[in-house]
Amino acid sequence: MIHTYTLNGMHITVDAASCSVHVTDRQGIDAITLYEQGDRAQATAALKAKYPELSDADIADCLSDIDELRAQGKLYARDNYQSVLPTAPRQHVVKALCLHVAHVCNLACSYCFAGQGRYQGAQALMPYGVGRDALDFLVAHSGARRNLEVDFFGGEPLMNWDVVKRLVAYGRALEKKHNKVFRFTLTTNGMLLDDEVIDFCNREMHNVVLSLDGRREVHDRFRVDHKGRGSYDAVVPRFQEFVRRRGQKGYYMRGTFTHHNLDFVNDVLHMADLGFTQLSMEPVVTAPDDPSAITWEDLPQVFSEYERLALEMLTRHREGRPFDFYHYQVDLGHGPCIHKRVAGCGSGTEYLAVTPWGDLYPCHQFVGEEAYRLGSLKEGITNPALQANFGNCNVFAHQECQNCWAKYFCAGGCAANAAHATGRIDGVYAIGCALFKKRMECAIMLQAALQEAEEMQEVDAIPANNAQEVAISAHQM
Amino acid sequence: MKIKTLVSRDMAQVGCGEQTSQSACKTSCVVNQPCES
Repeated sequence: MIHTYTLNGMHITVDAASCSVHVTDRQGIDAITLYEQGDRAQATAALKAKYPELSDADIADCLSDIDELRAQGKLYARDNYQSVLPTAPRQHVVKALCLHVAHVCNLACSYCFAGQGRYQGAQALMPYGVGRDALDFLVAHSGARRNLEVDFFGGEPLMNWDVVKRLVAYGRALEKKHNKVFRFTLTTNGMLLDDEVIDFCNREMHNVVLSLDGRREVHDRFRVDHKGRGSYDAVVPRFQEFVRRRGQKGYYMRGTFTHHNLDFVNDVLHMADLGFTQLSMEPVVTAPDDPSAITWEDLPQVFSEYERLALEMLTRHREGRPFDFYHYQVDLGHGPCIHKRVAGCGSGTEYLAVTPWGDLYPCHQFVGEEAYRLGSLKEGITNPALQANFGNCNVFAHQECQNCWAKYFCAGGCAANAAHATGRIDGVYAIGCALFKKRMECAIMLQAALQEAEEMQEVDAIPANNAQEVAISAHQM
Repeated sequence: MKIKTLVSRDMAQVGCGEQTSQSACKTSCVVNQPCES
């Protein structure tokens, strides 16, 4: 299966099974499309009819090179992964925990999927003992995995800061004892950032996620305190100082866009203009009848914005002031293996969320939904059937995905979004799927254009992130 | 007529498990994570 599209004047073919990307001229993309069935005479006749200016030799050379790509498995590759990958359910090795250290928040963002941090329950802070048990649980269930991840999440995790610090210290002690590496991460709204927090995080946190929605009026529309006051002016200077000391790496400015700011690229650019270079802007996750929800009618504008973002990134790259956008970071040469592309994020098996009182859920988005409770730190997994459902929820389980060109880029999408949209973890959140495919088209075009620009020596700036570097080989026809 | 093929990882060349796609968004899922090995 191939997917062809034209964006920014570039004619691009994505080979679905091999995940190979080919950039052609207009005739080339037609040749690839017409020659998919391998009928050389028919493809030649069709190309001659459409492009009478092409010589027989040009067409013959082109089709021969397509034959070569076909033989190399880079075009029209056979999708036989379901038959060659292990069919047994994955071993339930745990490698990542989302620690809900605070089910309480000092902001009251109305679009928050966590219900202002309480997850439809009571306010709570995780005691140190529960966090310690969680790290012990992670080590005990991690098998041979060396890299272990722990995200301090909420609510607002800085409202339980002493416990966070003690748990990091405990994790560091476990590293030496068990030959593990803990990658601690933190997601914060920034309201409690001070010098001590900044210095500790810059020393201990592998990554920090800083919540900022962009322009002041956009940010303050939803991100207000319990008295309804906007938080932009309070958090932006703190974030800027945080990132300045951090050295522009190991962080993401993470924004949410909604139906109310469909021109969200202006918010991304605003963050870039504030001096941030690692940016993420996500569509809101909320009930379809919520006034802030992204609708089908919104998609043409959102698609246009994603294209505008890619073009603006190219422009700023040429100007020597690049920034990275999380969803456009597609490392073609060193991206995930096919096992990861089939299995997905690992929610419910490799990745679990832990509540302040030690209950286990498949991920942070399921916390508070009793039907998705997997067990607890003390009891272990008490609902193995549910865990098995998550273990089997790979890309092959999504019937709607089987004929999709992007299935090995998204792995079937987010189980939580699917469950909340369709009632099934193996369903498909259709709007999210459409947005993902558009982002992938833009991301691949961006990689190709950056490489082309470097080849033409149009830019001499160093990429903001090495993931933007892709190698290229050319088949001239 | 020309075709440029961006060098991509050989998918057929079918799992060490060493980042959970924890990194940035928390609400929109895999391909954005580089391979550790």
